[in-house]
Amino acid sequence: MKCGVVVFPGSNCDDDAFYALGEVLRQPVEFVWHQSEDLSGFDAIVLPGGFSYGDYLRTGAIARFSPVMRAVERFARSGGLVLGICNGFQILCEAGLLPGALIRNRGLRFICRHVHIRVENAATPFTSCATPGQVLRVPIAHADGNYFCDDATLADLQRHDQIVFRYCAPDARIEPAANPNGSLDAIAGVCNRERNVLGLMPHPERAAESILGSTDGLVLLRSLVASLARPAAAVS
Amino acid sequence: MLEADIKVTPQIVAEHGLAPDEYARIRQILGREPTFTELGIFTVMWSEHCSYKSSRVHLKRLPTRAPQVLQGPGENAGVVDVGDGIAAVFKMESHNHPSYVEPFQGAATGVGGILRDIFTMGARPIAVLDSLRFGSITPDPSLSPEVVARNRRLVDGVVRGIAFYGNCFGVPTAGGEVAFEPGYSGNPLVNVLALGIAPKDKLFFGRASGQGNPVLYVGAKTGRDGIHGASLLASAEFTEESKQKRPNVQVGDPFLEKLLLEACLEAMATGAIVGIQDMGAAGLTSSSCEMASRGGVGIDIDLALVPQRETGMTAYEMMLSESQERMLLVAERGREHEVLAVFRKWGLDAVEIGTVTSDKLLRVRHHGRIAAEIPADAIAEQGPVYQRPLARPAPPTAPEQLIKLLPESSDLTSNFRRLLAAPSIASKRWIFEQYDHMVRTNTLVVPGAGDAAVVRLKGTRRALALSADGNGRWCALDPRTGAMHAVAESARNVAAVGARPWAATNCLNFGNPEKPEVMWQFSEVIDGIAEACRALAIPITGGNVSFYNDTLGKSIDPTPVLGVLGLLEDASRVLRMAFRAEGDLILLLDGRAAAVEPAQASPSGALREFSSSEYARTIAGIVAGTPPAIDLAAEKRLIEALVALATEGLLASAHDISDGGLATALAESGFATDDLTADVVYESHDPAEIALFGERGARAVVSLQESSLARVHGVAAQWGLGARVIGRVTRGAFHFRYNGATVIRDSSASLRAIWAGAIETAVLGERAANQS
Repeated sequence: MKCGVVVFPGSNCDDDAFYALGEVLRQPVEFVWHQSEDLSGFDAIVLPGGFSYGDYLRTGAIARFSPVMRAVERFARSGGLVLGICNGFQILCEAGLLPGALIRNRGLRFICRHVHIRVENAATPFTSCATPGQVLRVPIAHADGNYFCDDATLADLQRHDQIVFRYCAPDARIEPAANPNGSLDAIAGVCNRERNVLGLMPHPERAAESILGSTDGLVLLRSLVASLARPAAAVS
Repeated sequence: MLEADIKVTPQIVAEHGLAPDEYARIRQILGREPTFTELGIFTVMWSEHCSYKSSRVHLKRLPTRAPQVLQGPGENAGVVDVGDGIAAVFKMESHNHPSYVEPFQGAATGVGGILRDIFTMGARPIAVLDSLRFGSITPDPSLSPEVVARNRRLVDGVVRGIAFYGNCFGVPTAGGEVAFEPGYSGNPLVNVLALGIAPKDKLFFGRASGQGNPVLYVGAKTGRDGIHGASLLASAEFTEESKQKRPNVQVGDPFLEKLLLEACLEAMATGAIVGIQDMGAAGLTSSSCEMASRGGVGIDIDLALVPQRETGMTAYEMMLSESQERMLLVAERGREHEVLAVFRKWGLDAVEIGTVTSDKLLRVRHHGRIAAEIPADAIAEQGPVYQRPLARPAPPTAPEQLIKLLPESSDLTSNFRRLLAAPSIASKRWIFEQYDHMVRTNTLVVPGAGDAAVVRLKGTRRALALSADGNGRWCALDPRTGAMHAVAESARNVAAVGARPWAATNCLNFGNPEKPEVMWQFSEVIDGIAEACRALAIPITGGNVSFYNDTLGKSIDPTPVLGVLGLLEDASRVLRMAFRAEGDLILLLDGRAAAVEPAQASPSGALREFSSSEYARTIAGIVAGTPPAIDLAAEKRLIEALVALATEGLLASAHDISDGGLATALAESGFATDDLTADVVYESHDPAEIALFGERGARAVVSLQESSLARVHGVAAQWGLGARVIGRVTRGAFHFRYNGATVIRDSSASLRAIWAGAIETAVLGERAANQS
């Protein structure tokens, strides 16, 4: 199995995702340049955090038109695993691979801090190593992480268990004070109905080593690796 | 043929702010009258900001040599060897005036400028720290409400600007300091410190060489923005009309800078780059003549080839533009296509605009004419050097008003609560959470978690620590002692995370150097820094001088900011300030050993020192007396002992004692945890307020498991350090007993709430703070 980490010119968490997969988990991983339309040989694609093309316009609005995103769309439709972290999540929403949108944080400011998220669905290729309801401590770092969608979409997400992570208190309670950015229904991450595309605002790659203060992000990355080891389970 | 569209008249010379003897010198160097473009070139290069003409004679007194120093002052940044074949490249710079005129863009481009200084040397930036000083943001009897409101807007704008640039670029803003004093109201200080790393044998320098080699322009197009930024904004006092200088402030594009970073590092890896320098202050002018001067060659450029985003720009405008995110580089002839291909890949303009020559002249062509032809060396190195007059300020005529102490056994709880809410003491969380301080996954000590920022070096066991510290209030009272404290505190902060102080940079913020009192302060500060750096064996590898920090004729407090870099051999031994476990012992470490108790030679001396503390200012509104006496040998002992204790893994936490004194340091070690606090039993001959809130240096509070106590005492004895148990880590109430009586007892959650929310509430107001 092999993971690809997409490099948009303004990606700045590409090295971090690469390091977490390659050095911490010792998995084969390669960078994919944004001009590339060829994803053959990859079993999973990570869209990392950063500011893809500067994001002076809406976040991810330009990235969705990049050559590599055409390939990512094909890759996702054929069942390949796609993980979007932070800016990657924003791009997946812009590209229509995930429902909803990420708007400006409620406080209108960039926020960088550790938060707690609760695993709402442990039956995805990205959360198979987690237990349902498990609380993870992982950092966020974004100005546009306020998840929003219309009522019908939210009902749809709930009905199909597509809400994978929600912001919570350390004791797992969902409460307004634990929601850092005003996200609808405290949504921190969603997947598509097929479960092979996941986007989340928190950064699991920043919580992959104890020396950095948390290893909770490894649950997600290990799940991804485990799913690839059982290709049939990836798309169910 | 020389360009002669605009005749240089005495009036034009005067408008450029050149002194008559400076103009005479230009004529002497050229052997003729300068062209208008040449006049502009000399003016910016000989401005205070670019030429260091007032500070140069003093800066020579700083110690700059040590075995670990690979590059001292004079290049884009200082470089030190940090082991494992890695060089640390670091420097600090000010962007004070632009940040006052336009806080968001001023601060943003301040970050951008210093980052370019780092990666132009081949180093990838791995951390940024900001040292920020603003006027009061809470009601202040010395300021009008309008000024306080403006100070709040400045804080908001500067913080947003730093966040905007650093977050997008992808460098962690991993620490720094923020202080508030009324005197910075008309002149905030925005000093940015950046750190990068490069392979030791792959450093790049701003040096042109090789006759016939192509000179390449890369990055953003040149526009009319920032013309005379260095000479007008950074080299003159502020007046009411300064707002009209807003067009002189540059506009930053962090995405473009990110592209420039990646492209430069990739182009450097081709091996086809000979020399490279960023276009910062004085843009194309400084980069071209400094590269030529350092290399002992000439540079011949044609401005028609420069990428431009406006039409009809004159040679004068193009040479003086300070458009951001541009670099000048010299490539090896025949291999320039390799370099150009890399920049094309990143979508950046890269154009050959000239060649390296052997005639040592900077020659600027424009539309078939020669707009300037000047010996490069003369502009870059032979600028005026002033030995400006010094004068010690006259002592105040009114009798000094020192703080009056409360009766013994007074309850100090309410004063402690007020102190914790003082913006200089209160948590800076609202500020640093707007910065991405974790990107690149190296940040081992995040802002607020320890006394210094710590970033690990992936692929090695090592980590680097960095702290930025200043104290304008003390430097105003006694510049030499205050400067020594700035060095000592920065070094102590680095040692408190377990790192050995390794080298330092500085940013020296002062008023108008033409005032003899300001020059005296400057000279005293240099002597103080030099003495402290020698005593602590810390070489200075470079820095920045910012003069003319005056608004409406009033100078700021002299404010040297020291940035000490520390080296941790084993990153896993890093120390943070947070207590770790209930029941742990709390020790007070004192570099002055047992000799201190009973310490103060005279009660009046102690009172004078205490009158310059944050407590005196916050509680009594008094800034008077002297800084605490400094004992550099004691500081050295404390630093050595902290490094040894960390290396042996004997401590659970460490935190130096600085603003707000012992009580504040103890409370902060609790605030950094979820719910731990301190139960303190303290004996002292000092009056209670001085014992709790005095800011005498060379001290730290540490916590440890009881089983480690004997070994900690052993290390302390080995270094001649005082170490005494003063309490235990507990939960619930912060409890401070002084000479047997309770002087502070309060719920730690309540104290934390005051401390945590003070700045956000001050900047945004109560309601907005609750909603965000």
